[in-house]
Amino acid sequence: MRKFKLTTFTTLALFIASMLSPAIAADTIKVGVLHSLSGTMAISETTLKDTMLMLIEDQNKKGGLLGKQLEAVVVDPASDWPLFAEKARELITKDKVAATFGCWTSVSRKSVLPVFEELDSILFYPVQYEGEESSKNVFYTGAAPNQQAIPAVDYLMNEVGVKRWVLAGTDYVYPRTTNKILEAYLKAKGVKESDIMINYTPFGHSDWQSIVSDIKKFGSAGMKTAVVSTINGDANVPFYKELGNQSVSAEDIPVVAFSVGEEELSGIDTKPLVGHLAAWNYFMSVDAPENDEFIEKWHAFTKDEDRVTNDPMEAHYIGFKMWVEAVKKAGTTDPAAVQEAIIGVAVPNLTGGLSAMMPNHHITKPVLIGEIQDDGQFETVWKTEGLVPGDAWSDYLPDSKILVADWRSPLSCGNYNVETATCSGQNF
Amino acid sequence: MPVIVLRSLVGLLLLFNFSLSSATELDRALSLLSSSSFDDKSLAIDMLAQTGDATSELLLNAMAQGELYYVKKDKRIVLVQKQGSKFQLADALSGEDLGLVSKRKVKKVSVNNKLRKQIRSAISRFKLFHADAAVRLIAVENLMANEDPEMLFQLESIRLKESDPDVVDAIDTVIAFSKLESGDVEAQLAAIAKLDGNLDPAVLIQLKKLGSTSSEESVRLAANKSVRTIETRVSIFSYLETLFFGLSLGSILALAAIGLAITFGVMGVINMAHGELIMIGAYTTYVIQLLMPNHIGLSLLVAIPAAFLVSALVGIAIERLVIRYLYGRPLETLLATFGISLFLQQAVRSIFSPLNRPVVTPEWMSGSLQINSLLSITYNRLYIFFFCLAVFGLLYLVMTKTSLGLHVRAISQNRPMARAMGIRSQWVDAMTFGLGSGIAGIAGVALSQITNVGPNLGQAYIVDSFMVVVFGGVGNLWGTLISGLSLGVVGKFLEPATGAVLAKILVLIFIILYIQKRPRGMFPQKGRAAEQ
Repeated sequence: MRKFKLTTFTTLALFIASMLSPAIAADTIKVGVLHSLSGTMAISETTLKDTMLMLIEDQNKKGGLLGKQLEAVVVDPASDWPLFAEKARELITKDKVAATFGCWTSVSRKSVLPVFEELDSILFYPVQYEGEESSKNVFYTGAAPNQQAIPAVDYLMNEVGVKRWVLAGTDYVYPRTTNKILEAYLKAKGVKESDIMINYTPFGHSDWQSIVSDIKKFGSAGMKTAVVSTINGDANVPFYKELGNQSVSAEDIPVVAFSVGEEELSGIDTKPLVGHLAAWNYFMSVDAPENDEFIEKWHAFTKDEDRVTNDPMEAHYIGFKMWVEAVKKAGTTDPAAVQEAIIGVAVPNLTGGLSAMMPNHHITKPVLIGEIQDDGQFETVWKTEGLVPGDAWSDYLPDSKILVADWRSPLSCGNYNVETATCSGQNF
Repeated sequence: MPVIVLRSLVGLLLLFNFSLSSATELDRALSLLSSSSFDDKSLAIDMLAQTGDATSELLLNAMAQGELYYVKKDKRIVLVQKQGSKFQLADALSGEDLGLVSKRKVKKVSVNNKLRKQIRSAISRFKLFHADAAVRLIAVENLMANEDPEMLFQLESIRLKESDPDVVDAIDTVIAFSKLESGDVEAQLAAIAKLDGNLDPAVLIQLKKLGSTSSEESVRLAANKSVRTIETRVSIFSYLETLFFGLSLGSILALAAIGLAITFGVMGVINMAHGELIMIGAYTTYVIQLLMPNHIGLSLLVAIPAAFLVSALVGIAIERLVIRYLYGRPLETLLATFGISLFLQQAVRSIFSPLNRPVVTPEWMSGSLQINSLLSITYNRLYIFFFCLAVFGLLYLVMTKTSLGLHVRAISQNRPMARAMGIRSQWVDAMTFGLGSGIAGIAGVALSQITNVGPNLGQAYIVDSFMVVVFGGVGNLWGTLISGLSLGVVGKFLEPATGAVLAKILVLIFIILYIQKRPRGMFPQKGRAAEQ
């Protein structure tokens, strides 16, 4: 623990030092970056911190915002959920940041949520998540289930002709909620209970022998079978390795994953995975001028030609652009004004379209299905026609299909019940 | 005479015509390949498969390997070999060398799963005529689920020319499978007899269908009887499979725990940094692979002694710098080594980045040993199982046959007495701790082949390692091996019934109860020394 605190202190000390030195320091807009730089989640979140630093540097080169320079305040919540709340409070009250970009896991978001609501600040959350939430103070730039899971299942059902489904996930809130939604969706589409197999494994599971063997048996019933995987980042590597070793190829039983992106693949030998699928809103391989420019900047910023880009990075890119536009529109960084101004703001995303912030604080995005290639990149094999608006409350769960979120006045409610015409008063 | 001339003329014309059409077919197929639509490419693959010549086979193979590209400018199809960051191009048809170009000039002829399947079946048609009987055999087996009647017809003609008995048998099986659906009772019965005991899942499904839907009583009976035979065999094999899974998981647990059996079991040091010593071994493997990128297969063998040395040195440093001041104070040791474990994790994060590092699995460790279509044993697990036994055997020899082993046992039984007999206890402590740590490093080499090499690798195994040592009986090497293997087997037999999460919990509860009953584990140490 001492080590972690030490790094935090040094970063803080550095920032205090940099604040004191040049003349611009007196008048900057501060942006909080709340990503774990140590502990289990450092593997995914460090990249997002770097992305934020790059975006802020880039904006400053363009002359900053409202005539002021932007300044990143980086803190390290060390993959420790309660520490996320503490650090968030510190960012808002002590550093007086105008907005915060951060969090990865749902539990860290849930942990900081009350802090952002109490102090009425703004959080941009860049990761795909299970939905069933809409807070006045949080902007969800990652995918909701209807922007990732549902289109992926549609693709498998209609284009690949899948009849049997394995829903495999790590045992925590995101996979459980997503699988609940998917199960309801599949049943609504007429899939029988016996044709759905649900399996949960602990975090960091590394012994996949029996599960892969079960999947193989489940898939040899003469009907096309696919695995819908909500397995969390790290555990995927041994899972795919085992699939390769037991010679389950993507042609026989494709696996579509919601947590495997370019970053995760850069740590493994991708030969045995070729053909397995992932559903995201962005792939590094997408052919668009905005994307080429972004990748070039990223390589220049990290001074490493081999660094990959991924979906949550794009989410931060969109979120940051939206915030900048909203601040310009409102003419102030005051959170209340920005919250109002940002709804309806549309900025270019990296896949050649225009993403807009919706009244429910989710954004519109295209959904892409890609197949893993042997160079660790994805080849887009399917794409939604237009952009899909994020749905905070799933239409496939009986409890939440009657809820809508709309933060414009006069409704101003994150969970308005259309049957009883009431807002539960809770902010999420 | 004129007839012959005419005939040969016609023949020549036909031949010419044929080669002409095949050439244009090929050209048309190539022009379709540079299209971005998967339907166009699918058409092109069909065309290539129909031509049946060697160039097509070459192209299909290149496409399956991802070596077929097209030049962005003129859409010319080329074969590509990677040379560093540049690509070496060769014309797909003529093989003409087109020189080195940069990546951005060409684009890959991309394929999706559907196309890959199509290519695979097209290639296996070519392979039916391969010179090697083993290749032909695989090609025939791939045709099992093929429903193309034309293909079956072709297969029957191939069978007449086939000399290899195994391939003939495989062809018969495929033909018999296709006859199951025919209306002819005689043919169906013969097919059922031929397929009796066949373990291909497709056969079982088809027989089951036949057993319940066939209008002919004799066919139903025969099919159902066959289904029962197959199902018995299936359940035996799945039992064997689970047993192997259990032993394999157990060998990994045991391997991770053997080092701890020395430091904790024999020396009594609660070493929370044990997992990080495993992690260091895994990272050593990664570094060795970086140093010898062209000898991946060999690098793993080099990594074993290297990992032992690195982890042993780190272990000795920990012992000399921290632990030796804390002997006999378990609580302080626990806290200090926990601190060291965090320190080592963060050190690795700073040096190697927090991202997982890719450790390549060598060719000889990937894939599986196919015993039949139901039972296959993955090579990496098989090797690790034997590796675990080998490490255990060696360690056992060291502990029982060398003077270091004798000294270690003497000190663990009675320190003051051993010192009185002239054993340099400090030196032996350092060496023992180094030995245990080195073994942890070796375990890291094995683990790098099956799990992620990242800063958190060690944490995933520390709890399991302690569990195995305590359950086996502290201070007993045999106990560690047996307890590791049995915990693995129990876990794997529970897993299908309860799921992975609950299986883990149940095993933990079982151990807690067992330790309540027998606090010294399965194989407690006996004798006066153990009574203290």
